Amino acid sequence: MLISYQKKNKKKHHHLISSQLHSSLQKELLQFLLECCVGAAEPFYHPRRPHEVFLNPFCRPACQHRCKTRSASSQVYSAVQSVVGSLHMAHTEWKDAPGLPDFSLLKRLARDQLIFLLEQLPGKKDLFIDADLMSPLDRIANVTILKQHEVDKLYKVELKPIVSSSDQLCFLIRPRIQTVKWISDLVNADKVAGRFRRYKIIFTPQKFYACETVLEEQGVYGDVTTDEWNFYILPLDDDILSLELPEFFRDNFLEGDQRWVTTAGSALRLLQSVYGSFSKVYGIGRCAKMVYESWRELMEDGEQRTRQPEFAKVFLVDRDVDFVTPLCSQVVYEGLVDDLFRIKCGSVEFGPDVTSSDKSIKVMLNSQDKVFSEIRNEHFSNVFGFLSQKAKNLQTAYDKRRGMDIQQMKAFVADELKGLKQEHRLLSLHIGASESMMKKKTKQDFQELLKTEHSLLEGFEIRECITYIEEHINRQVSMIDSLRLLCLLSITENGLLSKDYRSLKAQYLQSYGIEHLLTFANLRQLGLLEEQQAGETLTVMESKVGKLVNDKTVGKLTDAFSSLAKKSNFRALSKRLALVPKSGEEYDLRVPRDMAYVFSGAYIPLSCKLIEQVLERDGWTGMEEVTRMLNGQEFAVTGGSSSSEARSKTDAQRIVLVMFLGGCTFSEISALRFLGKERGCRFIVVTTAITNSSRLLEALLDNSA
Amino acid sequence: MTRAKPEDDEYWNSSKFKAFTFDDEDDEFSQLKESKRAVNSILVDEDEDEDDVERVSWSGEPVGSISWSVKETASSIRSGSEQSFPKIDTTPSLSKQGSGYSLSSLFKAKSKPGAFQSFSESFSDTSFRTYAPELRKPKSDGKDFVSDLSPEETVRRMQKGRPFSLEKFRSLQDKLLLLDEAVAVYDGNVITAVLIFLKKSLSKEILFRELMARDVALRHYVHYLKEMGEQKLLVELLKALGRTEDMALMHYKEHLNIKDEGRRRDFLKSCLSLPFSQDDATHVQDHYTLLERQIIIEASDKKADAEIFKKFPRKASILNMPIITTLYYSCFYHYGESEGTFSSPSNIRKTFRISEKQYILTALGARAKLKSWFDVDSLFNTKNWLGYTKKKSPIGFHRVVDILHKNSAPVQVLQEYVNLIDDPDLKLSGALKYKCHDVVINTYRDLKDRQQLIVYREKLERDSPEYRKIQELLNNVQIRWKN
Repeated sequence: MLISYQKKNKKKHHHLISSQLHSSLQKELLQFLLECCVGAAEPFYHPRRPHEVFLNPFCRPACQHRCKTRSASSQVYSAVQSVVGSLHMAHTEWKDAPGLPDFSLLKRLARDQLIFLLEQLPGKKDLFIDADLMSPLDRIANVTILKQHEVDKLYKVELKPIVSSSDQLCFLIRPRIQTVKWISDLVNADKVAGRFRRYKIIFTPQKFYACETVLEEQGVYGDVTTDEWNFYILPLDDDILSLELPEFFRDNFLEGDQRWVTTAGSALRLLQSVYGSFSKVYGIGRCAKMVYESWRELMEDGEQRTRQPEFAKVFLVDRDVDFVTPLCSQVVYEGLVDDLFRIKCGSVEFGPDVTSSDKSIKVMLNSQDKVFSEIRNEHFSNVFGFLSQKAKNLQTAYDKRRGMDIQQMKAFVADELKGLKQEHRLLSLHIGASESMMKKKTKQDFQELLKTEHSLLEGFEIRECITYIEEHINRQVSMIDSLRLLCLLSITENGLLSKDYRSLKAQYLQSYGIEHLLTFANLRQLGLLEEQQAGETLTVMESKVGKLVNDKTVGKLTDAFSSLAKKSNFRALSKRLALVPKSGEEYDLRVPRDMAYVFSGAYIPLSCKLIEQVLERDGWTGMEEVTRMLNGQEFAVTGGSSSSEARSKTDAQRIVLVMFLGGCTFSEISALRFLGKERGCRFIVVTTAITNSSRLLEALLDNSA
Repeated sequence: MTRAKPEDDEYWNSSKFKAFTFDDEDDEFSQLKESKRAVNSILVDEDEDEDDVERVSWSGEPVGSISWSVKETASSIRSGSEQSFPKIDTTPSLSKQGSGYSLSSLFKAKSKPGAFQSFSESFSDTSFRTYAPELRKPKSDGKDFVSDLSPEETVRRMQKGRPFSLEKFRSLQDKLLLLDEAVAVYDGNVITAVLIFLKKSLSKEILFRELMARDVALRHYVHYLKEMGEQKLLVELLKALGRTEDMALMHYKEHLNIKDEGRRRDFLKSCLSLPFSQDDATHVQDHYTLLERQIIIEASDKKADAEIFKKFPRKASILNMPIITTLYYSCFYHYGESEGTFSSPSNIRKTFRISEKQYILTALGARAKLKSWFDVDSLFNTKNWLGYTKKKSPIGFHRVVDILHKNSAPVQVLQEYVNLIDDPDLKLSGALKYKCHDVVINTYRDLKDRQQLIVYREKLERDSPEYRKIQELLNNVQIRWKN
């Protein structure tokens, strides 16, 4: 029997045990390894080569411990020992995935600054918190901490009259004009009532002049003191950092307001200050470029210190470089959970249908959850098998109790029971979630929906797709899904034929409300849903776009508002970058061969493919055609502070920071994790917010006041 | 429920994607169910482990000590050696929007500031003390240091939240230089701050004129006006820019803020004359007509006492619902009314140019909900020239069956429509899915598929009529089975 594992240098390493073992024991060993290693990593078990176990290099030798507790025959035990031993060697020789910096430091920094700010307003005070700041705040502080700094009562900002008897009011808010107007009204109402209070606004992550102007205009400037809480980054997981600014997307890409550019730059500066510099920065997109410039200015202003860099490379990417990916239905576990239950700030609320009880529970979904961390990146179809295997193992573990004597029982309770219980709980939760997701998806004919999406991505049977979308609209099925399909159709086809556009728009308005006229205007402006210009061939359009890009110095753009809308060129890009694998090939989702697995093997996320290509080429050389189709705005700069030879061997050189401006999806994160494993590096995702198709489109709706 | 529909099977098999199905009797699903049972059946004492799942709440952990004060943190970040940060040099830098050919660039020469004492434009002196104490330098040199700064220096100060003064930017050229500088550093916050200053110190005609050539600044200005709710000025601006369609939409958007339906209707009427694109003009006209009709229908239905309203009391008002919802409502409560009444389905269908397909779908849903199978039948009945009745549908009958099933139609009704499905594969999968035994049995019989019949028999109740029917078929020696 052959046990092999792959080393970092991609050479296969084999471990032959066949000579030592009898064939019946081979089976036992195989079974054993599979069982033990499931918990530690994913051993490849190749169906065509049943006598070969292929251990993942990231597999931690956790089996050693298990081996002791499980009554393995001595021969098997020694065989395992020898396998584990060689694995150990492999680990010390070639380090596996580099360790990640400890981002909890960022939480501590934010908490300390908040405390400092609260202490600036001594005495008892009531604290009003913006609704969307509650969850982020929850992640870094808690009530006890607030109470210790003399916060009396906590309220959610609801833009309604308040009931508070406190003499000091503190507002912890995002810098939004509407909220500041509400506070001004409160202050003025107090003045009229002859009531004296102290007011303090803490803007996070920064304050805007427009907000202060409101205070001034409302005559309360001076009555209200203001401060900034520079809470730029919330670590959501070991490898996910979020700015928690969902409005970044609409403000920047639809409204063309660059208010968050400096914020993103400041976030990068914070990371660099705390964790060290980088050797190379790549980016693509208008906003990416501005963020880079802003970051550069900030760094030049402040002094820096030399220290070992913790990131090799930084990649900045605008969301509008790739709209296709976030518009696709997600089918990896974490993405699917987000699509269906909405993960909020790293936590999800599972309703009674999942918990099989009458109450809902909130669960943190991150690498701490041992069950979740193993299925989060898996294609949904693999999750069942994993969970049932896990359930069987659990049963076996519990069964051990039978026939134990007192001493053994004592050891069992002390060492294992708690872990088992925890696992049990998590397991039943995720099984419940899978079951509920399955039900929901069956109800909405998910397969047909996926089939349509895949056809659109492939450019296959477009007429049938249009008919499907039309019926989807006619039946008034999910308003967002209809819009999503329309946008996918438009982007992949470079806009809709005039007659299709008009007819589909008319039917959409009939089904979901005429006020969506405004939504359509927004989508058109962003280039998400467009009508092909009559008689305009691709080349004409391209030269027009080319002109727009080249005439940078000319401030005058005839059509100022449509200047940001651009052709997607998806088909050509897809061909060039081989985003859609050739038809007819079998794709085994259990053994993914590329990042396409996150979309059932049908499509490699454009954003991730770009990252892969640029990292591989160490720049944009050779990708001129691709960047031209993406409307240029790409850049690559080499870090000035590096003495690169000295560091090339350190772990840090294998950490890549990817910043998504305008949000990124869990599918993209999964794809990057996969890429990291393939290439022996780790990706840290920094995003303005976690997004998905619903969030993206909801940000562009204009159908309510 | 049965296995995946053949159409899907075919798709999955013929394409590169490995099938995973969401049908709930699928192997994996039952596997999952089994696992669930297994997990749930494991008996553990349900004590003290409630807190094993991390929860998101406001309570909990003991407080950690504040190890670093924020000041210490800040200083640790700042300290260190100087190093220059690399610039993007491979591609031309972003356009310094507007600065290239604008009037202001002709006046780049620095104008000498006046010597008068200034106070900062928009921020009172007390506020400086709170976050910029280092700026309280002696003013012994006789001139005010913040009013003496170049546009570049002023913008830098604004970026850093230091005191600044916009007072000295009085000439148009200076104002525009300031604006262009703000745009050049990509800081939206500062761009808006400068725009607020320009808004106060320039007439709107001049400001609009200058913004026309400055796209980035213009977009900031429009967004600022939107957020401030300065609708009137915004409409004026768009008009001045010649962006009439945008102006029309902006104006139309206002209707969302009007709660009273009468006033909303009147407002929509006033929108009709706005310069929308041709398409949108039709839609806005529809919007007005729709609300007008809805108000009439609502007024009469609120006090209606027809049988149907008692049997199925209205759950919500019809006001502000989409056209298709209104049609559904009308098919539900006002079916069969003559075209002359506003509330009749035919009137709504005609007024809003609803396609036949859409109409059938909606009417089907409404009548099926009411279990009026007769109405359902007559939706599809057509007479040919010989006088025979035949069923025809603009939507596939498999879709019809699906809708009927969702409205819990009885098997007899489903069966009839399953039989009308053209595609034999779709027909079989429909029959299997909705348990139309006769159709299934007949199909297998026609296919001469003995094996499938045997398999299907096992799923049926012993001695049910269907069971016996299969039994008879299997015993029939005249059929030449293919397997």
